[in-house]
Amino acid sequence: MSFTRRLAQLFQMKANKALDRAEDPREVMDYSYERQLEMLTKVRRGVADVATSRKRMELQLNQLNQSADKLQAQAAQAVGIGRDDLAREALTRRAAVQAQIQDVEAQHEQLQAEEDKLNLAAQRLQTRVEAFRTRKETIKATYTAAEAQTRIGEAVSGISEEMGDVGLAMQRAEDKTAQMQARAGALDELLASGALEDATRPAAGRDDIQAALDAAHGGADVDRQLAALKAHAVSAGTPPAALSQHAEARPDQGGQS
Amino acid sequence: MIIRILGEGQYDLPDTEIDQLNELDAELQAAVDDGDDARFTTALGNLLTAVRQAGDPVPDDVLAASDLVLPADGTDLTEVAELLTDEGLIPG
Repeated sequence: MSFTRRLAQLFQMKANKALDRAEDPREVMDYSYERQLEMLTKVRRGVADVATSRKRMELQLNQLNQSADKLQAQAAQAVGIGRDDLAREALTRRAAVQAQIQDVEAQHEQLQAEEDKLNLAAQRLQTRVEAFRTRKETIKATYTAAEAQTRIGEAVSGISEEMGDVGLAMQRAEDKTAQMQARAGALDELLASGALEDATRPAAGRDDIQAALDAAHGGADVDRQLAALKAHAVSAGTPPAALSQHAEARPDQGGQS
Repeated sequence: MIIRILGEGQYDLPDTEIDQLNELDAELQAAVDDGDDARFTTALGNLLTAVRQAGDPVPDDVLAASDLVLPADGTDLTEVAELLTDEGLIPG
């Protein structure tokens, strides 16, 4: 026997066992229907779980895109003040962020596909459960236990196979989601560590590239302010020596703190 | 003849197609027996295509057991082995 035929029989085994056990096959229908409703709830929860994971990935993609934009702007700023070394560093980090973006986008696509499949499976199951309920009521109203046997067998076998298929689809989706959540967790840690220049978090907002750029800018500002102070002091008649001594003392203080 | 493709749904195939399907099914089984993953992938692809082309989708409100159950596209031999253990198939 081919394995595809065996697979079909495996799917039927549980349904057949339940039918064999029951004294009145009509009871099997009620039991099966309860299981179907449970399964429907589970599948809907499964769809929601996959959607949650997908949304988390979308948030990460936003963060990564912001980081890439920020690094791009920093590179331009660095070039503007003649700091090619900083620009190179920013662009190198941007390339790493871009690689992460591609990776997350691919995973996002996979997860979206799982979600779509599971959604379709849930809809199909919903329709079949509804069909089963109608059939169940008809059989109960129309046939005696003995007459009903064959018809019940067909209905229970059919829906049982559907539930097995949906169950497998859910297991696959859960496995995929778990894998991706592990990776998303690792990426969150990486983002939090600042290694990928998480520009969206205030604590990590002032990264080392920005600090160097600010220092380069700030240095020019300090020089300008110093010159202004000196000019003011000269015009006010204060001895310039005292002021310049004060200004020279500042870098030492900065170095100690 | 009703054939289910896992994750995809059921197809109803006319009796005139059964010989061709049996051939494709035998080829798929041969790939499993040889443990040949590449051959399995090809054979499964051919069988799935044939079923989709020759069969009509079974309406969602019809409750019927399938004569054959085919793994989803992209399933490999390891996953087939898992499917064939009793624990591999979940609820029902």
